[in-house]
Amino acid sequence: MKRLFPILSVITAASLAYALYQALVVAPTDALQGEVYRIIYYHVPSAWTAFLLFLINFVASVVYLIRRSPKADIVAVVSAEVGVVFCTIVLVTGPIWARPVWGIWWAPGDIRLTSTLVLWLIYVSYLVLRRFSSSAQTQMLAAALAVFGALDVPLVYFSIWFFRTQHPQPVIGGGGSMDPRMLHTLLISWLAFLCFAFLICWSRFRLELLKREVEQAHAMESLVGAGASAKASMPLSRSSR
Amino acid sequence: MKSLWAVTVATLVKDIRLEWRSKDALNSMLFFSLLVVVIFMFSFDPLAEESRHIVGGLVWVAFLFAAVVALNQTWARELRNQVLDAYRVSPAPANALFLAKALGNFIFVIVLEALMTPLFVIFYNLHVLGPAWQLIPIGLLGTWALVVNGTFFAAMSLRTRNREIMLPLLLFPISIPAVLGMVAGTTAILTGEDSAHFYIVLLLTYDVVFTTACLGLFGTILHAE
Repeated sequence: MKRLFPILSVITAASLAYALYQALVVAPTDALQGEVYRIIYYHVPSAWTAFLLFLINFVASVVYLIRRSPKADIVAVVSAEVGVVFCTIVLVTGPIWARPVWGIWWAPGDIRLTSTLVLWLIYVSYLVLRRFSSSAQTQMLAAALAVFGALDVPLVYFSIWFFRTQHPQPVIGGGGSMDPRMLHTLLISWLAFLCFAFLICWSRFRLELLKREVEQAHAMESLVGAGASAKASMPLSRSSR
Repeated sequence: MKSLWAVTVATLVKDIRLEWRSKDALNSMLFFSLLVVVIFMFSFDPLAEESRHIVGGLVWVAFLFAAVVALNQTWARELRNQVLDAYRVSPAPANALFLAKALGNFIFVIVLEALMTPLFVIFYNLHVLGPAWQLIPIGLLGTWALVVNGTFFAAMSLRTRNREIMLPLLLFPISIPAVLGMVAGTTAILTGEDSAHFYIVLLLTYDVVFTTACLGLFGTILHAE
């Protein structure tokens, strides 16, 4: 496992570099938008990666609620954290792209923008809950909240979809087909982003696992440690005094 | 089944009696939403024509904030004397406790709305142009949407540090579709420009989905250790 990690890191770095080269040099310039459209190769793969990670979070939370396995909980927290990062990238690159193309930073009636923002808010509140609750019950509460968040997503989508049909909205990249070379670059970018996300999730997973092992060891030690041997092996608590 | 209803009714009656004697939640909610109304009035100062377009949002924002005040107090009184722990070890069904708390909050918020709505009508010179009776289903369904999730998340945030601030942080993101339904539905009725049917269906769907989810998961939350 330990040998696999650097290999995967090299593959990820190479594929990110290749995707960047494809996006900036190889992919043709858009007929209407010009060069500015190239942000799509960062914006759209981030969005797909974020949605995939939120889906993984939901599945892992349900598995945790049924089986109570700590590993499922770690998968849930890791995918939510990394998903929020990718979702933030989407929400930052979106307005940067919208400004030159639509003439506005933000279109309040647009369904994709607004539902992505609500999704981001839901998962940020999930992370806030994890941060603020006491350690013993966090996992159960967070899993329940993840289920609520997932139930909310279709409702958010449909409510905004109907709301939008009644409100004026900017014209957003209507039909029209994509150049196959553009689609090719887009898929390569997504692949590179998936590798990257997987790499981060993996190292975060290992970190979380280690953290919990250390916490457990500390808890065991303080249970056992009434005698002198425990005193000698707890330099941390002594130095903090 | 009988014991579920018996426990629900007993807890609900107890909560209403406590509230009747102290009037803690209702008084703080009333004064709070009155303050919100007055602050909004100074902030916007609208004409009658404009106020029809914005008052749907103002009303529900005031009720949402006021409901959070009541929801935060829901479980606090059960923590004193370890009532909640006693409930956990008793054989009474967990959902009965949840239903009683949610119904109690629903009644308190409905009373608040009934008292505050005339004030909004007076302050903003409201005159409803659409079918006014549709405000009743929107009010009932919207209030239940806020209260059912609010009661659940209040129980959740009991287990967290600074729980008073946790409740809105959890409740508001999940409530966005419901708030959109309430606000847009109320505005549609007040202005008489659109039909509010979709919003009533949306709120009904939201209520059914989340009431089911709350009842399904409340036992887990109550017994989480």
